[in-house]
Amino acid sequence: MSAQQAGEIKYLTPIAVDTKRKKYCRFKKSGIKYIDYKDADFLLKFVNEQGKILPRRITGTSTKYQRKVSQSIKRARHLALMPYVADLLK
Amino acid sequence: MLKQYETVFIMTPVLSDEQMKETVEKYQKFLKAKEAEIVFEDSWGLRKLAYPIQKKSTGFYHLIEFKANPEVVKEWEVTFKRDERILRFLTVALDKYAIAYNEKKRNKAKAEKAQ
Repeated sequence: MSAQQAGEIKYLTPIAVDTKRKKYCRFKKSGIKYIDYKDADFLLKFVNEQGKILPRRITGTSTKYQRKVSQSIKRARHLALMPYVADLLK
Repeated sequence: MLKQYETVFIMTPVLSDEQMKETVEKYQKFLKAKEAEIVFEDSWGLRKLAYPIQKKSTGFYHLIEFKANPEVVKEWEVTFKRDERILRFLTVALDKYAIAYNEKKRNKAKAEKAQ
């Protein structure tokens, strides 16, 4: 009672505070220099379930490689390896 | 100066095996006539398309990697455009990283085959 009166809330277990994990560019980190447009399974990581390309702010890819990713996805779409529009891709 | 290119094309699924081979051969001959050097070739076989093209939902994929003069490419693409057996094609110029990547992938495939 006394704790509540003081305006303090006590938790039995410490609440999970969102510690912000730093995003990183996976291409820079693992030293990938070329992104293959024929590897549709890999490119699937960079699209949402509608088949839209995810922004850098979500994937953490650097500008340089984001350009390459989007180029590869567009090539894959042209060759019907990936859909232009989809519903439930994942 | 020769430059390295890579072409993927999709043939209609209505072709018989023989017709398909004939089509591929036609393009090989074209490259030979233009003094281009075929580096690598791969047939992916019949694959499902991610979306229908010309009302067809499957197609034969074929990949050719070659070294050629840049002037050849324009004519190369025109032959694809005129060919009604081809649903889609894409020619890409390869940079040094792409060449290294393709070589690595090929060696890996070879090692797997040897096992």
